[in-house]
Amino acid sequence: MSTLRDILVVEDEPMVTQAVVLVCGGEGMTVTAVESASEALRCLHDQRFRLVLCDIMMQGLDGFQFLEQLASNGIQVPVVMMTGYSTVENAVRSLSAGAVDYLPKPFTADELLTVVHRALRSSALLEAADSASLEREGSMPFVPCPDHYLRLGCVSWALMEDEGTARIGVSDLFLKAAEGIEALELAEPGEDLLQGIPCAVATSPDGSRHGIMCPMSGKILEINEDVKVRPSLVEKDPYFKGWLYRILPSDPQSNLQWLSL
Amino acid sequence: MKLTLGVVLTVLVAIVAFAWFNIQSQSRSLLAEVERHASQLSEAVKADTESDMLRNDRERIHESIRRIGQQDSIDRIRILNKSGEIIYSSEESDIGRMVDKDAEACYRCHSEGAPLEHLVSEDRTRVFQPQPDSARLLGIINPIYNAPSCWSAACHAHPEDQTVLGVLDVTIPLTDVDRNIRRSQMAAVILAVSVIAVLSLIVGLMVRWWIDRPVQELVTATRNVAGGNLAYRLEVKRDDELGALASSFNNMTDKLAQARMQLFQSDKLASLGRLAAGVAHEINNPLTAVLTYSSYLLKRSQGKPETQKDLQVIVNETIRCREIVKNLLDFARQTVPKKRKADVNEIIGRAAKVIENQLALGRVKLAMELDPALPNVTVDANQIQQVFINLMVNASDAIGEGEGTIKVSSKTIRVSPAGVLQIKNAVCRKRHELVDRKFEVEGKPAVTMRFRQKEQTGLIHLDPIYGSQQHQLDGMPPIDQGVELQCPECSTSLMAEGESCPRCGAPIYAFEVPLKGLVQGCLKPGCGWHRWEQVDSKWNDEFVEVRVEDDGCGIPKTQIPHLFEPFATTKGPKGTGLGLAVTWGIIDNHNGTITVESEVGVGTTFIVRIPVES
Repeated sequence: MSTLRDILVVEDEPMVTQAVVLVCGGEGMTVTAVESASEALRCLHDQRFRLVLCDIMMQGLDGFQFLEQLASNGIQVPVVMMTGYSTVENAVRSLSAGAVDYLPKPFTADELLTVVHRALRSSALLEAADSASLEREGSMPFVPCPDHYLRLGCVSWALMEDEGTARIGVSDLFLKAAEGIEALELAEPGEDLLQGIPCAVATSPDGSRHGIMCPMSGKILEINEDVKVRPSLVEKDPYFKGWLYRILPSDPQSNLQWLSL
Repeated sequence: MKLTLGVVLTVLVAIVAFAWFNIQSQSRSLLAEVERHASQLSEAVKADTESDMLRNDRERIHESIRRIGQQDSIDRIRILNKSGEIIYSSEESDIGRMVDKDAEACYRCHSEGAPLEHLVSEDRTRVFQPQPDSARLLGIINPIYNAPSCWSAACHAHPEDQTVLGVLDVTIPLTDVDRNIRRSQMAAVILAVSVIAVLSLIVGLMVRWWIDRPVQELVTATRNVAGGNLAYRLEVKRDDELGALASSFNNMTDKLAQARMQLFQSDKLASLGRLAAGVAHEINNPLTAVLTYSSYLLKRSQGKPETQKDLQVIVNETIRCREIVKNLLDFARQTVPKKRKADVNEIIGRAAKVIENQLALGRVKLAMELDPALPNVTVDANQIQQVFINLMVNASDAIGEGEGTIKVSSKTIRVSPAGVLQIKNAVCRKRHELVDRKFEVEGKPAVTMRFRQKEQTGLIHLDPIYGSQQHQLDGMPPIDQGVELQCPECSTSLMAEGESCPRCGAPIYAFEVPLKGLVQGCLKPGCGWHRWEQVDSKWNDEFVEVRVEDDGCGIPKTQIPHLFEPFATTKGPKGTGLGLAVTWGIIDNHNGTITVESEVGVGTTFIVRIPVES
């Protein structure tokens, strides 16, 4: 095992690779590029990376098969999925298959950097959490989702309520990786949310904007007014007082297959 | 052709059978006549020769037989004795010859061992042909029985115990009879041939006029339709089965054209979807490069306002491209709608809110005429909202810069169960049954009434299928205001007093279907108005109809057929050409229909119908 590099780009379109190299390299990150998933697997065998940016639609193994291969080979590395065919299904499927984030093409330099930074930080946080639990001491760097909460990847959660409604919110890991929020843009009551489409946008102190992917489709019944007034409440208590919306799920059955406990 | 042939063959068989039986019976009666004549002759000979026999005057007997046998109508006369020897004959050469027991003259009696002594009259005659090419002959045998005078005669030629002494055999030629039979046969053949010739001519002409031509027209129409010309129409000129066939053919072609339109549209949308997905994927990669490079440069060009301004344009325009591609993908996705019960009025209200601002700018008034009692429909509210937004935006665009009004109205409509429901019972006010099994319309017992108009009366038979118009009004003069329909039994009026057809103003009839309410209808040919409230209201085919009307520029007739096709925009560079295609796709996904009525310079109305499920 040699030195740790920052980013491995798995992408069969050279222009996209060059753009990533330009933007991330400009931030001082070390970037390696490969053109296929099998090459990426070989690369990951020899070299450690802090993050993989992987296209979904590729010749040979596609992005999802690549994720499966990583899991079966026991390679632990955070992956951000990119795709030019950005459907809702691709988004939720990526997150539920283990990707830490999802980046629809085309993206601006800022959008790319926001996602890369957030993914790097969340992988660092996860690593720290692993070592913290190994040492059985020290505080967890973030609060994991409580039991019975349905998670969409590491981004958002949904909690089914007795009346058939659901409460949805953001996971602490996402908030910590975004380095806190200063402002929060929320949807209006009565609007319909769709699983896999951002349902709120959080702005962190450095000005980067983070779309929060909605964990469940449904009509907004109620908005947490407290959070609207005081966005910091989300950070303080993301799983209870810091909920975002109460919704009437429209298609919970098919939504559930992408959610994990 | 086959039909003609079949008819001709049937007639041929009938004539041949008839002629055969006729000739048979004719020849039988002719033969019977000859037989009677021969029998009489035979008796005469017997009587003539009897006294000579008793006197045993052989010369005289001989002479008598020869004399009688000379007549033209007699072939020959022979007298045979018991042992078969010809004793007397009109042919000299025969005398003294022995006749075998198996000869045609003898086998009647001698065929079964012991000879018969008595023969019934018809068994005594025989018809035979001595040579294959000679004329037929009829022979009659007359046995000469022993009588007291015979054995007591002076000659003592015959003993007392003999029963039959000999036979008298007379043969008569059948030349005349055969000639007559042949003549009848000839006559029958000539009759058959001429009848068949005339008949096939008549049948052929009739078939040609009444069947061949319309069938040929149908064949041409079918070929046309098969070749893809679904606009082909048959002229319905007749009232008979073929006329009905022609009109149902036209009906079928209409349905086919609609179905093809739908299929074509769905197919086009599906392939457009695949194309959009492919395009999105292909275009997003180069767009990624453009967007990242330009936004990266924009970040790095702080302090260079000139460059920054230009770069900002590139970034903004690329982001616009991204939105267009995203819309294309959204369109391509066209997932199965997520349907829930929803109030269409509420959806219209939300759609109106969205475009309110745009309307205010264009000085366009939005008039709502919503039916508050609209039933909920099961729809994807988002998609339907999109439909109304599209239609209202289109209406607003059609009005353009000037002033105008968009009218949005909603109501429930019911498509009548026409052509399906059969009226099986119908009664007049005095509860007399009107459905008469004696009369049928299209094979179903008809609703029968009596009409009275200007001294003319008669029976009419109404089509019992609700909404179908195959009434039999034969003999009824054109309808006028004075017409009265009555119960055929009690003459109670069946007119709906004081009411007239809402469609054409003609008088209407009304009768009751027991337990199912009043049926009203207009008799005027071509009007076809019908009302059966109790059935209409219960019928399932209920739709919520929303009309979006504008008084804008209108759509030229030539563009209407292509209106819902992708990329067919009437707005020039302003439109994407996807709005109405998407709208169509959404409504189609909801099993609804969308139609358009438009007149250039007057305005356009889009009519959306969404089924209300029971």
